[in-house]
Amino acid sequence: MKNRDPSRASSAPPRREGEERDWSVVVEDGRAKTNEPVSSAVAEPEATTLRHEPHEPPRQHLPTKLFEKRTKVHNKRIDGPFRRFKWFVMFVTLAVYYGTPWIRWDRGPYAPDQAVLVDLANRRFYMFGIEIWPHEFYYVAGLLIMAALGLFLVTSAVGRAWCGYACPQTVWTDLFQHVDRFVDGDRNARIRLDAAPLGPKKFAKRTFKYTIYLVISFWTGGAWIMYFADAPTLVRDFWAGEAAPAAYITVAILTLTTFTLGGFMREQVCIYMCPWPRIQTAMMDEKSLLVTYKDWRGEPRGSVKKAQKNPEKFGDCIDCLQCVAVCPTGIDIREGPQVGCITCALCIDACDKVMADIGRPRGLIDYATLEDCEKEANGEPTRSPWKAIFRPRTIAYFLIWGSIGLAMLFALGVRSHVGLSVSPDRNPPYILMSDGSVRNSYTLKLRNMESRPREMEIAVEGLPSALMWTDTIGRDEAARSQIKTVPADQVLSVRAYVIAPEGTSTQEFNFRVTSRDEQQESATTETRFDTPGGEQ
Amino acid sequence: MANKRIDEPTGTEFVGHEWDGIEELDTPMPRWWLWSLYATIVWGVIYVILYPAWPLVNKATEGVLGWSSRGELAEEMSVVDQARATVREELARMPIERLPENSELFGQAVAGGRSAFQVHCSQCHGSGAAGSQTLGYPNLNDDDWLWGGDLKAIEYTLVNGIRAPGVDDTRMSVMPPFEGAFDADQLTAVTNHVLSLSGKASSTASGAQLYQDNCSVCHGPSGEGNRELGAPRLNDAIWLYGSSPEQLRNQILNPKMGRMPHWSGRLDPVTIKMLSAYVWSLGGGEEFVEVAEDPAVEVDEEP
Repeated sequence: MKNRDPSRASSAPPRREGEERDWSVVVEDGRAKTNEPVSSAVAEPEATTLRHEPHEPPRQHLPTKLFEKRTKVHNKRIDGPFRRFKWFVMFVTLAVYYGTPWIRWDRGPYAPDQAVLVDLANRRFYMFGIEIWPHEFYYVAGLLIMAALGLFLVTSAVGRAWCGYACPQTVWTDLFQHVDRFVDGDRNARIRLDAAPLGPKKFAKRTFKYTIYLVISFWTGGAWIMYFADAPTLVRDFWAGEAAPAAYITVAILTLTTFTLGGFMREQVCIYMCPWPRIQTAMMDEKSLLVTYKDWRGEPRGSVKKAQKNPEKFGDCIDCLQCVAVCPTGIDIREGPQVGCITCALCIDACDKVMADIGRPRGLIDYATLEDCEKEANGEPTRSPWKAIFRPRTIAYFLIWGSIGLAMLFALGVRSHVGLSVSPDRNPPYILMSDGSVRNSYTLKLRNMESRPREMEIAVEGLPSALMWTDTIGRDEAARSQIKTVPADQVLSVRAYVIAPEGTSTQEFNFRVTSRDEQQESATTETRFDTPGGEQ
Repeated sequence: MANKRIDEPTGTEFVGHEWDGIEELDTPMPRWWLWSLYATIVWGVIYVILYPAWPLVNKATEGVLGWSSRGELAEEMSVVDQARATVREELARMPIERLPENSELFGQAVAGGRSAFQVHCSQCHGSGAAGSQTLGYPNLNDDDWLWGGDLKAIEYTLVNGIRAPGVDDTRMSVMPPFEGAFDADQLTAVTNHVLSLSGKASSTASGAQLYQDNCSVCHGPSGEGNRELGAPRLNDAIWLYGSSPEQLRNQILNPKMGRMPHWSGRLDPVTIKMLSAYVWSLGGGEEFVEVAEDPAVEVDEEP
């Protein structure tokens, strides 16, 4: 145990009167064991394993509080490359969310012209050039699998980058924190205002702030429903009071959740509610990038003055607490990797600035892998963080992710835009006609997935000398095939009668539907022809 | 209370129960829980005032709002009826022979007829309208019609029934029983002749003569039947009472003749129209020949 910071021992159980032992370290089998966290960068290999060996913790009286009270986070303004990147991601994600429903996409007269539309009423999902029907929901499943694998990929390469930059909770929390800063001022002003009694000035500021919160929340809830109906029409209906109740309820719920989660819950969602940080711990390894404090370089902490007096004794950390002040989740990164750290890297920006001011090299807090941390602590050469991204695991994830994407694109590209399903009548299974021939009835569903009406030919394949006709024509027009016009983007239900001469045995045959246009798309469905004679 | 001990870590009283050293603390309810309880009580009082609540002998107390689930159902039913009213009005106005021209209205008539068929007709003709040979109920899906298969003929049958007692215009005919009229050889000969009409047996001169004398008046010289009399075709593949020589002999000696109740007065004309359209649509419906000959049939625009 080297470099033990005396201040850290404060979290150890308090010594009781008359006790002489330090219970934070227990000597068993001639080895010192501790329950205290030890950075893997500084611990000796055996210590890393031994410290987990169970030993009786000191008996103590638990404090009577049953929950941990939230300490409000007043994060300080900071500027730097990571903050700018965060601004950029925030701008892009918000623009995508609020803007997408307003993009138009011409699909001709028979389909909506909204680029991205989940048309629940008509059971269609439009995404630019792609239209998905309910029976093709596996594309959505594929998209979700890609999203999951994408998170695996990102996590194994750059740790919790999703949490730090792109997660909606992070983006909206960031947005609301900017509102706090805009209305109430920066960290110190906000702390003062929070402590101040509620006077007219504070009341006015709070009202103003919550109004902005509400506007943002309402806008967020309002943007959501735009994905489910034609956006301009829906906006008009919404304000005219003519939209569906579901629209108002959805907006109300999402306004409420945005207001609560973004305005008040904030980092508590990440720390207490979200399962993803827990899953991510299992996905990261010693080769994953994470935001970490290089304690071998920083410890023991000491002010610039102290370090000038005694340069050998102190590390680079001057304990200025800037990294804590800027943290949007209010943690101290110097305590090591923890569930509260969303790796937004704002502490890197803050620390780099301080290091530049006092003339020490940057990167006391930095993106690094645990492997490199150990190497660096031992004075060995390390790899650049960029290279840490490319390793077999991330490449394998990327290949799986990419091949699912390509497979889906391929399937989308070659999928047929006609479809046919057949359900034979079972009551009665066959009908004997007066000339001795046998008739079977079928309900055919012709699917036209193009956004224009199409002529389709339904033909009987197999079943020699059988003829067919439909409910809109007579038996005198029976033939081997019939032509129907299927409306744009619709399923046409057709009653079909197939008649076969006396002596035909029960057998399987096919209906084939072919589009009578340049595509000549076709689909075949097997069905059964029943006769009184049975199978032969 | 005598047993008033305090749990040291939480500062809460014990209730006094103990199970294997585990004791129950008298922890107070969370405030939100208590308020939820009060809120449900208030809600309950308001509900009792507004909605039917206390069951009485015949009905429940009526709420201030006057709501009831029966009332709601009646309201929904009347909405559906109103939506159907226009269709029914149109159907009432439209003569049945012009119905197939309006495919939308025809589709609605078929749909309405389908549900009426399940209620009034499926008992005999079956839910798939396939009839029953053992019981002698005709299959309505095929192209063989005893009394005619165009829309008007079907409607007439529905309105007046077949051999329905007490109905003046009912479809009526009787096949005489030939019990005792033929000796055994004659019976075999005439049976064989009837079967030969559809190629199922070979005929003899005596059989042909017997058929000519006794049967051809109604069933026609070559067994083509007569729809005026409901005399079935004998030269086709469909045999309502079976095609074995035994079944045929029984039918000659002691003929079975089907009956169908009349529906006029029991079903309204529009429902009968819808039923006719449904039966006609089952796949064996015949074209209405008179439409071309009688273009004077016009849609009555003002009922």
